[in-house]
Amino acid sequence: MSEVRSTIESAVPGAVIDEHLHAGEVTVEVDRGLLLDVARFVKGPPLTFVLLSDVSCADFPEHPQRFRLAYHLFSLDTGARLRLRVWAGIEPEVESVTGVWATANWHEREVYDMFGVRFRNHPDLARILMPLDWEGHPLRRDYPLGGEEVQFTDAV
Amino acid sequence: MSTEPGAGIPVAEEAREALEAARREGRGLTETERAIAGAEAMTTQEALASIEAASETTPGSRRPMVINLGPQHPSTHGVLRLVTELDGEVIRDLHPVIGYLHTGIEKQCENKTYWQAITLVTRMDYLASYFNIHAYTSAVEKLLGLEVPDRAQYLRVIMSELNRITSHLVWLGTSGLELGAITVFFYSYGERDKALDLGEMIAGERMNTRFFQVGGCADDMPPGFETRLRAFLQELPSRIDEYEDLLSSNPIWIDRTKGVGILPPEQLIDLGVTGPALRAAGVDLDLRKTAPYSGYEHFDFQVPLGVSGDAYDRYSVRLREMRESVRIIEQALDGMPEGGHIADDRKVVLPPRAELATSMEALIHHFKLVTEGFRVPEGEAYSAVESPRGELACYVVADGSPKPRRVHMRDPSFVNLQALRPMARGAYLADLITMIGSLDNVMGGVDR
Repeated sequence: MSEVRSTIESAVPGAVIDEHLHAGEVTVEVDRGLLLDVARFVKGPPLTFVLLSDVSCADFPEHPQRFRLAYHLFSLDTGARLRLRVWAGIEPEVESVTGVWATANWHEREVYDMFGVRFRNHPDLARILMPLDWEGHPLRRDYPLGGEEVQFTDAV
Repeated sequence: MSTEPGAGIPVAEEAREALEAARREGRGLTETERAIAGAEAMTTQEALASIEAASETTPGSRRPMVINLGPQHPSTHGVLRLVTELDGEVIRDLHPVIGYLHTGIEKQCENKTYWQAITLVTRMDYLASYFNIHAYTSAVEKLLGLEVPDRAQYLRVIMSELNRITSHLVWLGTSGLELGAITVFFYSYGERDKALDLGEMIAGERMNTRFFQVGGCADDMPPGFETRLRAFLQELPSRIDEYEDLLSSNPIWIDRTKGVGILPPEQLIDLGVTGPALRAAGVDLDLRKTAPYSGYEHFDFQVPLGVSGDAYDRYSVRLREMRESVRIIEQALDGMPEGGHIADDRKVVLPPRAELATSMEALIHHFKLVTEGFRVPEGEAYSAVESPRGELACYVVADGSPKPRRVHMRDPSFVNLQALRPMARGAYLADLITMIGSLDNVMGGVDR
């Protein structure tokens, strides 16, 4: 058990579900309901992950929880990185971390746009890359590649 | 949305359809959606009325005038659109609308083999193509547990730093252009062309190369490359002096950039801003030093920092960075290790071309690699490099097949652009152009 895991576990009991060490990277799997508590804790001392580098998602249709979110954190003090993993479920919804790291705003909008994961208490959960009225979420595995109508085809 | 053939997409209609889409999901319009809908629902008469209202002089009686900057405003560094609420010349609020260059590269990567995806990711941030492929290939190498030879790492450093110089030169030229300093554009693009020629010499292509392969680089330095590169490096510092002569003490340049676009360092970090925009505010975060990769720990270089974090400091940081890049390339050339330019792993790396004519085994490997690709064991990796705009990282999820399950780029332009809104609130419209320029967003990277 890594130090990061035990530190998080002692501060937010029951939050850590699992831990993975792979390719030299630490992944801590966090309970969906306690994500916000964990986020608040890891940002402050002693872990000081003040920079949220990235929020992204991957779709695993074969998995009962389907959508896997990854929060990539970076500590300016130590140069350490940490990945928080959260399974978002079939009807994907997790708590937004915008209140903890303001940068999460656009990242979460992108994940919502591409995967349809809803973020509770997000201040502005609109589509960001696709047109506002787009139907479907393109990065889901069951969203076909190609075949959609090319916009403005008939406008020539 | 209206999908009947021939319907086209009338602009005002998108606003109504956004509302319909929100209703479908059982929610109200969000802030951004309201802003876009408001901007688009405006008819000519309404726009005129709002201009008249804005020109009233009684305090408190003004209504903000909504102006659409873009999506193709010449000063917005690509297809960026800003729905801007103006009170006279002061920006009350601003909503960046992006996605106009969205090409679904991340989706396409899932349907290509690992080696094919390099061709796609290089086109994301088109001014920093080497950094895109560096982040991607090193993430895949991490997953494979593949060791990259020292010589390949040094070659990567050389090309990355050369790319940093060309990217900063584009930034310098276009930023000058936006603020009316047209001369510097001609100077900086001249040097950029020479650097691109060098890129063409080694990689066969000037901008969107796939020179970095999984395991190393596509080729070694061709004959004559080093001489030409050294001549370029010899000349560049004196050219940078020229740019500084043109701008650093130019009163108009100083007036337009000093004190513009300042945010406190804590807020910049909170917004995820990295790269020169953060370092100009005095925060010493450069991944080449903080978390060295590709042998950067062997080189002696400084991380230029600013003090106040305004547009002028960002300019000064970028110019000094170019000088440091020159130093790094010189050191890399001097200390270039012997050895192969790519890893010798036949299950991942293509065999040398010459062997194909004589070796059956090489031919089979070549065929397998090109048709099926190589398989990457299950797992996930996040690999970050310090691009000209900040932390450019690639997150790859592998599921054991020859195609990635997910490729995601953490593009610094996308993240840094979020800082524009807090930066621009309360500022003058004219300064908005300086702010966009000084953040150096590349829309290909923002929209991917």
